Amino acid sequence: MKLAKTLVPPLIPLAVLTLAFELIVRQGLIPAYLLPAPSSVFKAMFEVGDQLWRAMLETSGAALIGFFMSAIGGIASAVLLSSSRWIQRAFYPYAVFFQTVPIIAIAPLLVIWFGYGMRTVIASAFVVSIFPVIANTLTGLLSTDPALVDLFRLYGASSAVTLFKLRFPAALPQILTGLRVSAGLAVIGAIVGEFIGGGGLGSVVDVARTQQRVDIVFAAVLLASLLGLALFSAIGLVSRLTLRRWHASEQTP
Amino acid sequence: MRLEGVRRVFDDRIVLSNFHLSISPGEFLAILGPSGCGKSTLLRMIARLAPPDAGSIAFTPSENFQTAFVFQDAHLLPWRTVLENAALPLELTGVAREQRRQKARKALEQVNLAEALALYPAQLSGGMRMRVSLARALVTGPRLLLLDEPFAALDELTRFHLDVQLRRLWQASGMTVIFVTHSISEAAFLAERAVVLARREGRIKLDRRLELPGERTNELRGDARFAEESKLLLDQMEEQ
Repeated sequence: MKLAKTLVPPLIPLAVLTLAFELIVRQGLIPAYLLPAPSSVFKAMFEVGDQLWRAMLETSGAALIGFFMSAIGGIASAVLLSSSRWIQRAFYPYAVFFQTVPIIAIAPLLVIWFGYGMRTVIASAFVVSIFPVIANTLTGLLSTDPALVDLFRLYGASSAVTLFKLRFPAALPQILTGLRVSAGLAVIGAIVGEFIGGGGLGSVVDVARTQQRVDIVFAAVLLASLLGLALFSAIGLVSRLTLRRWHASEQTP
Repeated sequence: MRLEGVRRVFDDRIVLSNFHLSISPGEFLAILGPSGCGKSTLLRMIARLAPPDAGSIAFTPSENFQTAFVFQDAHLLPWRTVLENAALPLELTGVAREQRRQKARKALEQVNLAEALALYPAQLSGGMRMRVSLARALVTGPRLLLLDEPFAALDELTRFHLDVQLRRLWQASGMTVIFVTHSISEAAFLAERAVVLARREGRIKLDRRLELPGERTNELRGDARFAEESKLLLDQMEEQ
C-alpha cells in the first residue's frame, strides 16, 4: 500500500507523456528521425538488446569503480582536511577549483594519460564524483557538537578515538548525502568518458547518432538514466537502513 | 578546591578578573548570575576544558579525581542506545565491556531509567534524555560534578522532579556539586551555598550559606524560609 503510494504518482505523468509522444509521432506532427515513437524505442531495446545489455554492464562497472574510488578517496581527503585548519586553508581551494573544471574539457586529457578504454572511463567517473563526497564529509566532520568534543576531552580520549567514536559517526548523515549525489554523478562521468574513451552506453549513443538511429540513442539514454537512478536509490536505501534509528531525516512520521 | 586570582578574557572582553573562590569537598554550590557573566566559562575552567589566562585553580587533596560535566542540553550520541550512552565515559577510560555495562545499568537505575536501556535518544522525552545525561555523568563515580544550566530547557514539572532527584543523588554520594543556573528558585532549592555573580567581570556579589533543611522535597517550595532565601537571592540579582 505504502509502495503503491510512492510509485503510482510518478507513473501517471510517465504514462500520459509516453502516450502523448506516441500519438504525436504517429500523427506525423514530429518526424520520427527527430523524436522516435516510444514504441519504436522499446522495439530497438529488444532489437539490439544484447548490445545494450553488454554496454550497460560495462558502464555500470566503470561507474561503480569510479564511485567507490571517490567514496574512499573523498572520505580520506576530508578526514585529512579536517585534521588541521592549516591543511584545510592550504588545500581546500584546490578541491573547489578541481570541481569547477568541466569534465568534458579534461576528458581528452584523460585519454592522453590513460589511453582508450575502461581506465579513462573510470578516471572520468572518479573526477566528476569525488567533490561532493569531500565537501559533505568535511562539513559533517567540522560540525561536530562542541559540547561532545568537550565531553570526549574530559575523559581523555585521543584524537583518533574522537574521530572514530564521535566525529565520523556524527558526520554519517552528511557523508551519505554526499555519496548519494556522487553516485548519480559517477554515471554521468562514466558516459562522458565513454564518449571520448570508448565503450559502454556512451559509445552506443555516439555510434547510433552517426547512423541516424535516434531510437537506439533514446534506448541507451533511457538505460543510462535508469542506471543513475538505481545507484542513487541504492545509496538511499543504505542511508535509510543505517540512520533509521537515530536521524530525523530518515524517520518515518 | 581553590580558585585564586583567576582571569579570563574573550576577544578583549574581560569575562572574569581577579576571581577568588574556595569550595569544600562534598559541598553543593549554586552559581547564579545574569547570562554572559562568566558562569559557564568558570565551569569550563574548573573542568580543565579551558585554561585561565591568569591565576590558578588548585584541587585538594589530589588532582587525579574524576570530574563529570552535565551540559545545558542532554548532548547524547543519537546512534547509541541509552545503555551505550551512559557507558561512554567508561569506554573512553578503558573499562572492560561487561564491567562498564554493569556500571551503566546501575547509574541508569539511579535515575529511574532501568526500563529504557535499549531505546535510542530519538525515542525519549526531553526529561528522559537529561536523565541519561545525568547517568552518563554519574557512571564513573565522580568526586566533582559540574552542571551548566542542565534543566533550563525542560518544563517546570520535569525540572522539579529532576531537582529532587539530583539532591538525593548528591546526598547519597558525598560528591562535590557545582551547579550553574539563572533560576533563583532552583538555586535556592538545590544548594547548600549560593554565589551570585555580577554582570561585569564576574565579581561575587553574594556568597551565602542557605539556611534550609537538609532534606528537600517539593513541600519546601511553599515554605516561608525558602521564600525568604529566594527573595534574598532575587534582590542581589536585581541590583545588577
